[in-house]
Amino acid sequence: MKLEKIKELLQAEELTSGIDLNLEIASARASDLMSDVLSSSHAGDLLLTGLVNAQAVRTANVVDMKVIIFVRDKAPAADTIQLAEQWNIHLLATKKSMLEACGLLWAALY
Amino acid sequence: MPGKALFQKTFTIKKDDFANAGEASVQIKNILKDVGFDSSVIRRVAVASYEAEMNVVMYGGGGNVRLAVNPDNVMLVVEDKGPGIPDVDQAMQEGFSTATDEMREMGFGAGMGLPNIKRNSDDLKIITSPDSGTRLEICIRSSVSGTEEN
Ligand SMILES: Nc1ncnc2c1ncn2[C@@H]1O[C@H](COP(=O)(O)OP(=O)(O)OP(=O)(O)O)[C@@H](O)[C@H]1O
Ligand SMILES: [Mg+2]
Repeated sequence: MKLEKIKELLQAEELTSGIDLNLEIASARASDLMSDVLSSSHAGDLLLTGLVNAQAVRTANVVDMKVIIFVRDKAPAADTIQLAEQWNIHLLATKKSMLEACGLLWAALY
Repeated sequence: MPGKALFQKTFTIKKDDFANAGEASVQIKNILKDVGFDSSVIRRVAVASYEAEMNVVMYGGGGNVRLAVNPDNVMLVVEDKGPGIPDVDQAMQEGFSTATDEMREMGFGAGMGLPNIKRNSDDLKIITSPDSGTRLEICIRSSVSGTEEN
């Protein structure tokens, strides 16, 4: 599924510049604990999280996740956004709760 | 192993420096990419290195990680002079964590770090004591010779 469709679905807002909305998203993962994200052998293309610090972006980098969507309308600090742009990791934010975002994404993806 | 490394580099890990924690692992990943390792090896090294690095930041009071690229494996030696791990078997269990609330708010404390390191390595040695701190020797065989992985 295209990132554009997911953005629409979650009514998400773009935080980084140069987001490729044509990006194909096949799988996603949701967690606020980074070691949990790193524990699966396939991390997926997209991370849903309420964690807005630099470690969320570093964790995505470690396993080559391309997109992070922050839930509950949280946004990271400017330097974290910069870090993501440097690594070409796309950041978006949704007002939806983790549960609602997961539900919508699950129904759409699987 | 001594002497025959094709490439070696040591990175410093600073105590409680959450803003930059994980930076050594990012650099290690970039080096392995440049060398041309396949992505599954890079991923396993990066996950192990990142988890070890975060533990040194949070529990070890700072330390260092040494990367050695050998002809048939990648070695990570991660050292700190912290309090040591009192019960390694317990620490290796999924879910065991002594993380503080502050660490949990930073996204850590699932108790999955050491198990993740173990899962991603072909050989893991943990040498730890209250006097000398903790040393992890992580060996990940590279598939340069075309052998299986995972
Ligand atoms: N370098 C270290 N020095 C001292 N104690 C450590 C060290 N590394 C790990 N530990 C101890 O072992 C426990 C388990 O470590 P592990 O990395 O598996 O989980 P965690 O760091 O608590 O959570 P997570 O890694 O999932 O964020 C830690 O909570 C800590 O008590
Ligand atoms: Mg840990």
